[in-house]
Amino acid sequence: MDVAKLQQQHLELTQALFKEGFLDEQFTQLQQLEDPSNPEFVAEVSTLFFDDSQRILAELTKSLDGDPVDFKKIDAYVHQFKGSSSSIGAHRVKVGCTVLRTCCEEENREGCWQALQQVKQEFFLVKNRLELLLQLEQQILAEGGTIPFME
Amino acid sequence: MDCNCEEAFWPADDLLMRYQYISDFFIALAYFSIPLELIYFVKKSAVFPYRWVLVQFGAFIVLCGATHLISLWTFAPHSRTVAAVMSVSKVLTAVVSCATALMLVHIIPDLLSVKTRELFLKNKAAELDREMGLIRTQEETGRHVRMLTHEIRSTLDRHTILNTTLVELGKTLALEECALWMPTRSGLELQLSHTLRTTNPMAVTVPLHHPTIIQVFNSNRAVAISSNSPVAATRPRTGKYVEGDVVAVRVPLLHLSNFRVGGWSDSGKRPYALMVLMLPSDSARRWHIHELELVEVVADQVAVALSHAAILEESMRARDLLMEQNVALDMARREAETAICARNDFLAVMNHEMRTPMHAIIAMASLLQETKMTPEQRSMVETVLRSSNLLATLISDVLDLSRLEDGSLDLDTRNFNLPTVFREVLNLVKPIASVKKLSVSLSMASDLPEYVIGDDKRLMQVALNVVGNAVKFSREGSVSVTVCLERPEYTRDPRSPDFCMVPSKHHCYIRVQVRDTGIGIKSQDLPKVFSKFVQKDSSLNKHFGGTGLGLAICKRFVNLMEGHIWIESDGLGKGSTVVFIVKLGISEQINEMDQRNSLAVHPTPVYSNFNGMRVLVTDDNGVNRMVTRGLLMRLGCDVTVVGSGRECLQVLSQPGQNFRVLFLDVCMPDMDGYEVANRIQEKFSSHERPLLVALTASTNRSTRERCLNLGMDGVLLKPISLDKMRAVLSELLEWGSLSDSPRR
Repeated sequence: MDVAKLQQQHLELTQALFKEGFLDEQFTQLQQLEDPSNPEFVAEVSTLFFDDSQRILAELTKSLDGDPVDFKKIDAYVHQFKGSSSSIGAHRVKVGCTVLRTCCEEENREGCWQALQQVKQEFFLVKNRLELLLQLEQQILAEGGTIPFME
Repeated sequence: MDCNCEEAFWPADDLLMRYQYISDFFIALAYFSIPLELIYFVKKSAVFPYRWVLVQFGAFIVLCGATHLISLWTFAPHSRTVAAVMSVSKVLTAVVSCATALMLVHIIPDLLSVKTRELFLKNKAAELDREMGLIRTQEETGRHVRMLTHEIRSTLDRHTILNTTLVELGKTLALEECALWMPTRSGLELQLSHTLRTTNPMAVTVPLHHPTIIQVFNSNRAVAISSNSPVAATRPRTGKYVEGDVVAVRVPLLHLSNFRVGGWSDSGKRPYALMVLMLPSDSARRWHIHELELVEVVADQVAVALSHAAILEESMRARDLLMEQNVALDMARREAETAICARNDFLAVMNHEMRTPMHAIIAMASLLQETKMTPEQRSMVETVLRSSNLLATLISDVLDLSRLEDGSLDLDTRNFNLPTVFREVLNLVKPIASVKKLSVSLSMASDLPEYVIGDDKRLMQVALNVVGNAVKFSREGSVSVTVCLERPEYTRDPRSPDFCMVPSKHHCYIRVQVRDTGIGIKSQDLPKVFSKFVQKDSSLNKHFGGTGLGLAICKRFVNLMEGHIWIESDGLGKGSTVVFIVKLGISEQINEMDQRNSLAVHPTPVYSNFNGMRVLVTDDNGVNRMVTRGLLMRLGCDVTVVGSGRECLQVLSQPGQNFRVLFLDVCMPDMDGYEVANRIQEKFSSHERPLLVALTASTNRSTRERCLNLGMDGVLLKPISLDKMRAVLSELLEWGSLSDSPRR
């Protein structure tokens, strides 16, 4: 596939991600930090984010399953998760974390459960798309093109 | 011996001699005692103006007495001495008596005039007595009037007033009968309403055009009337000789309208009541002037008292009415409040209950879309997704509208980029527009402020709704969106010329005009466009979909933003233009992007490269660490990262550490940023230690204040952008602290 088409796809996907609120300006910041001295920055951060988040989500699921539920621990995890998602610019995940945090403060187990499901969904959605994006980037770089930036 | 005295020619008449002798003796005695008496009584009396006369008179009398005394000795033969003494005394007596006689000529008229004066004074005294009697009577009458007035005015009850009047008048003037005639409802007759002595007044009425009555009503004085007139014949005649004099006086019945500003207009038919007073029969009494005056005064007072009573009655009535109305209103209000509360509760519950499954459906459908499906399955899922999105929008719309209506919706004001909002709106409608082959264009004026303060979400909702409608209702042609600053010369909504804009230097008015070449609107439908649930045409609803709530919500939002929205159309098929004006705050806060172009609180040269400045980052979150590190590396710093407070302290204790800046995440398990800061402050003096900057995601003022109180040199809000980091580092290097933290 030629570079132009790949780049077009990349641009469209990025636009869609922003439009649908999956990503926000923070991600743009990260993209700006990528330069020849640091070519894999976004990919590295994203991978780290995915691994970290999956760990946290597993912990959260385990904690909510427990009896009695340790809301403080859950709150700590959610805080972490919120921090990471906000640093990478995963907007919808961050929003979901806020909801989960509220339920946690209220010690509403049902609410927490539902919010957690929501967060998981959002996370998987953004993960899929971001992985797709990164794949495209790899392909573009492999073909010798440059990654187009959104304003 | 010869003596010139008379010889006793009748020596034998001893008797006669003896009588003379004795009489002379007594005369002398009397003559001596009279002055004594005079002196005694004059001494006793306080006033006696004629002392000199008294002396004279006394002397005269004494001398006469002496003469008579001496003459006692002349009855017998007496010596020459006696004769001499006798002559002397006689001569003296003569002198004094002549003098006295002369004096009396002067004195007696005086004495007589005293008498006349006395008579005159007596007359005067009698006259004064009479007059005093009169005054006393008048004063008593006045007292009676005052007392009567007081009695009358001390009560506001009509009947008490009238009864008291009659009773008191009866007492004061000792009347036989006193009656009051009031006008009937029809106003054509007078009816006997109150009497003094007659206990069962006959229900008598007298027509108003009776000559007596007319005569009385035409004069404001008390008029004497004949005791045969119908108003005076209130009691059955008991066959007495002479009926007492009767007097009648009018009592004006004053209405509230008489007291209005503008003077007392005597014009118009004023109703009068009639008061009839009858003196006791068989007495010779006549009406005195002062009694008549009393009656007139009383009549006036009664008039005033009655009007007060009437006013009071009316105001009491009005007050009762108001109280009733208040109670009714209160109840209605409480009912309304209950209804609103019930509705809000219902909506809140519905909102939550409906949204949760809604979101679940949407989320699951989206996820389903990602999986492998056959084309039919995919189209089914897409339909499900579209419908549920529409439903979610509908639920949100209804909730928003109801919250908007009772004012419980608040705008989330914040700083935002104005052009971005409109660009996004356009991006959202471009796909649909391109499918319909409509061209969409956006033109923004060059003087539009870039950053404004307002609710960007809602502004976008309004813009999206309006532009979306334009696209929806146009089958072909173009949709153009113009954004500019509102100017007074631009056209206004012809239907509401009262919308006015208040200029201020902190706010600006933005005008957005969306013109389309769609189906247009009939001029009579224009006002209804913004009503809820009203679609121009139900056929349109089927064709174009939509809830009919969109424009109503837009209008509410625009009103919340202190603006105005209206629609103009030249008619069916001629397209339409929607214009809305909103008030937005002018942003004084400078966005990071613009910091280059404007003056910060600290004018700081901005470095792009910090030339290997050593920086330590402490954060327990791996992703955050990596991102912050990436940022700092981009800015040319030499970054060290640690994952906990303890590690941080360890690194800092190593000899030869020369970190310029230390970034501390405040929320870390084990040892949080505050504790690290404390330990560092204890260990190092302020010149040896690196600059401390706290990293926090919390926007709370208290977090910020706590950091600054601990001695940190700055507080940064996560997530940090490249430009913010650049600016912060520049400021730190230049000033040793961030512009909003205390200097070192």
